[in-house]
Amino acid sequence: MSSIGSSATATAASVRAGLTGARRHDAWGLVFEALLLASLLLSLAILFVLVADVLAKAAPVFADRGAGFLTSPLSSNPAKAGIVQGLVGTAILAAIVAGLAFPFGLATAIYLEEYAADTKLTRFIQVNVRNLAGVPSVVYGLLGLSVFVAFMDTVDGTGSGRNVVAGGITLAVLVLPIVIITSIEALRAVPNAIREAGYGVGASRWEVTRQLVLPSAAPGILTGTVLALSRALGETAPLLLAGAVLGSFSGLSLSSLFTGSYTALPVIVYDWSRKPQDAFRADAAAAIVVLLLITLAANVIAVLLRNRYERAW
Amino acid sequence: MVMPETTGDPVLDTMPRATGMVGSATSSAPPDERAAAVIRIENLDAYYSAFRAVKDVNLAFEARKITALIGPSGCGKSTLLRTINRMNDLVPGARVDGSVLYHGVDLYSKDVDPVEVRRRIGMVFQKANPFPKSIYDNVAFGPRINGYKGNMDELVESSLHRAALWDDVKDKLKQSGLALSGGQQQRLCIARAIATNPDVILMDEPCSALDPRATLQIEELMFELKETYTIVIVTHNMQQAARASDHTVFLSMAEDRAGYVVEEGPTLGIFTNPKSRLTEDYVSGRFG
Repeated sequence: MSSIGSSATATAASVRAGLTGARRHDAWGLVFEALLLASLLLSLAILFVLVADVLAKAAPVFADRGAGFLTSPLSSNPAKAGIVQGLVGTAILAAIVAGLAFPFGLATAIYLEEYAADTKLTRFIQVNVRNLAGVPSVVYGLLGLSVFVAFMDTVDGTGSGRNVVAGGITLAVLVLPIVIITSIEALRAVPNAIREAGYGVGASRWEVTRQLVLPSAAPGILTGTVLALSRALGETAPLLLAGAVLGSFSGLSLSSLFTGSYTALPVIVYDWSRKPQDAFRADAAAAIVVLLLITLAANVIAVLLRNRYERAW
Repeated sequence: MVMPETTGDPVLDTMPRATGMVGSATSSAPPDERAAAVIRIENLDAYYSAFRAVKDVNLAFEARKITALIGPSGCGKSTLLRTINRMNDLVPGARVDGSVLYHGVDLYSKDVDPVEVRRRIGMVFQKANPFPKSIYDNVAFGPRINGYKGNMDELVESSLHRAALWDDVKDKLKQSGLALSGGQQQRLCIARAIATNPDVILMDEPCSALDPRATLQIEELMFELKETYTIVIVTHNMQQAARASDHTVFLSMAEDRAGYVVEEGPTLGIFTNPKSRLTEDYVSGRFG
């Protein structure tokens, strides 16, 4: 009996040693975990330094000028210069991009994912949509200059065609592939069982798409679209090519809103950053803060819309 | 004095009724003499691109009977089932030769609309797949898209009653169908299928993801539903086929991997006195 008891005790001891002893791979595991944490901290630190630097430079501008910075027009005097034309231009660009890229992108995605047969041609198209999303934005600027500016030139008759409509169409084309891809991904994430269930009770393809697939995919589609929109609003290069004005200009009357000269927030930031006066660089920092707030607001809206749709089930 | 319909025990209740049908059937008669056949499959081959998944199928499914399709994995049971309501049309590359006659009309003729076919021949799937909508809207979806004009509340209630789910959900009709348990979800899918008032209900292994108790509830339900509907069920569960069906079709896989019908007949006959050695081995659990 005692030998059995002692052997059981010995077994328990060796099991305890095995369960509680140091693991062989602990060292590598810890190193790996430390590396992961270091990467995270590095990214956060870079972001923090950037934001802190911009805020520090922008603070005096907002302190001195307040809302006047937002409502004043462009000027060659840095103490008077404001961003009202940039705000208006960015708002109109946002409306044009959302109005064009969302319906065309969503329609393309629905066709490719729900209607078109899975053939070599549709796969070729999908691959190339993905490639288009990776084309540098300045290339879209060239397209905007050679096609949309030239086209607006013939439409508005003032001889320039460098207006906000041409810029908006250029940005819409720029983000169209992103909208298509994120919408395709969202549609693909809808389980096929939902489609089969719909067909099983006698729904047509349109009814299945409209009433079952689209509501399921809506959060993903909306989020992707808003993120694409905020990407478009931060673009500078395509707008420079598509006719946004550098330097100050007068204007901003309602009659010439769509046909006159225009600019946008990122273009103003670019313009002011390369001016020799330090005061303009502070103005540029203030404009960056406004731009950041706008994109942040867009992302918050995306999250709110997504939550709302998810609750609606 | 009316004899009670049920004893309350699903197994005891279902066994005698299932076997009671045997003998009244028309299995010995050639298929074209079965007057009561709602669906008649003639010389059917089903393909996925170049692969022939099912070949030379000739079957008839009688009105208000439960027919079980059994056989080893990959023998084409589900494919055969899904050709009946043209669900397989949705699979890229799927096509059929031969015909599926529904009340004498070939469902694969050019002027037949598959959407109309599926409204009349409903389906319950292997994995319960309620819409991510409320319980009420799950049931009302089919009638709504099919232009139902009557009282929707009554239709939803009666469909849930017939699916033996009403008492479980009557106080939470606005809650999501996805919040129900697995067995309740599958009964919700059955309620959804009968809400469009179909004529035939196809069930593709409806109990494979359910526990024994939920399985028996579904089987009880099938017995009530066959008063009204013609039911075709694919099952891997031999006991289920034995207790729940009137008629059994045994399929197997040929050398070329195409599924074919080995034997069919009244369920009792298939399980107690199979003609084919293959059937005997399968139903006695020696393979498959």
